[in-house]
Amino acid sequence: MTKEFKRPDGRKVDELRKMSAKVGVVPNADGSAMFSFGDTIAIAAVYGPKKMHPQHKQNPEKGTLRCNYNMISFSVNDRIRPGMSRRSMEISEISKWALEPVLMIDNYPNMVVDVHINILQANASTRCAGINAACLALAHAGISMKNMVSSVSIGKLDKQLVVDVDKKEEDWEEGEGATDIPITMTSDDKITHLQLDGKITNKQLKDAIELARKACKEIYEVQKKALKESLGEEK
Amino acid sequence: MTKEDNQRKVVIPGEVIVKGDNYLPGDGTEKRGEEIVSIKYGLSEEQNRLIKVIPLSGIYHPRRGNVVIGKVENLTFNGWVIDIGAPEGAFLSLMEVPKYVNKDGLDEVMDFGDMVIAKIWSINKRGIDLSIKSRGLGKIDEGIIVKVNPNKVPRVIGKEGSMVKLIKDETGCNITVGQNGLIWIKGDKIEDELFAKKSILFVTEKSYISGLTEEVKKWFEKEKK
Repeated sequence: MTKEFKRPDGRKVDELRKMSAKVGVVPNADGSAMFSFGDTIAIAAVYGPKKMHPQHKQNPEKGTLRCNYNMISFSVNDRIRPGMSRRSMEISEISKWALEPVLMIDNYPNMVVDVHINILQANASTRCAGINAACLALAHAGISMKNMVSSVSIGKLDKQLVVDVDKKEEDWEEGEGATDIPITMTSDDKITHLQLDGKITNKQLKDAIELARKACKEIYEVQKKALKESLGEEK
Repeated sequence: MTKEDNQRKVVIPGEVIVKGDNYLPGDGTEKRGEEIVSIKYGLSEEQNRLIKVIPLSGIYHPRRGNVVIGKVENLTFNGWVIDIGAPEGAFLSLMEVPKYVNKDGLDEVMDFGDMVIAKIWSINKRGIDLSIKSRGLGKIDEGIIVKVNPNKVPRVIGKEGSMVKLIKDETGCNITVGQNGLIWIKGDKIEDELFAKKSILFVTEKSYISGLTEEVKKWFEKEKK
């Protein structure tokens, strides 16, 4: 509302944290990538397309995408128990839904593509970093895709919309508190994933999507650069 | 990209390669309205108005007529199942072996773990069928096998086989390059084979350089001193 809204780390309301991306980080995977928003670092590894096993899970009409999101136990200040939790299972499924619309999975009948997303270091927006890394890794694995996707989280701190929330902002307690809205978009502005739990007006949600659109453009450029520059360094 | 400028460039999925009705979409591309869009990460190339994208990474995609090197994975009553690094297993039928084989003695011809050079004879819904009915195909008894990224195979072969010919001439080894990234080297001495292997690994490491054949010639001169 006020023009000079102060974010805890001094960013402007529409400023993303420093991003970096790299492909080909896991030598044994068929495709892999790293993506980071500031202190949030995600690594994705893609295996496949390979034959689905067990056989009764094969789909002769189209291929299957499997996602696995995992936070490594040292990724946050209080060690988290390793293994699947309710939260990580949910985010695995969400990541799958965010990626599936751009994947030309019909080209791979009876086959499966496995995506493993690992969060090395978490400072909020982990699912967005994970989806960005996974998309790079899928492209790197040579899988047919209609487009790339970029993901960003829009936050509502009290009444102010901000781009790319970090941990301090996620725990915002003044006024109406914090609402986190992760949004995933293709490079031609189509939404593949939008999550929202909290209160927001219609108008503000539209503003949030508009902010995400601008932020996704920036992320797309980072992803594009990472893929184009991986030639030459890679073995 | 204009007509004269048919240089290769790196494209990513969803990127528009060219606009206009003058072009046809080839492998790894899709036509959306007036635009030809890449659906793969790779190098785009134009040939006679046909645009295609050559993938740079990922697994091996088998094609008919490819010569591949594989490992015997299983024996069945009428043939062998061979792992060629593709998502589907490949099948080598008894009928495609150019000599009489006793049905009880399949393992005498090829047993588990044996390496074999074969040609992809057909690809259908059920899987990949192999054949060893041509010259130069069959079981491998000696020599060494080097594994490289399948996407680097065209660089190892070079333009019209120039690279592999250079390596053959320089090392005196016999080399068969499988399209699935397995390379068989057979020389008179083990030192020659290891030298050939070293040169192939050099090629895959420097695969992004243009004018690679010249670079490899220089490398051979240096190494031979």
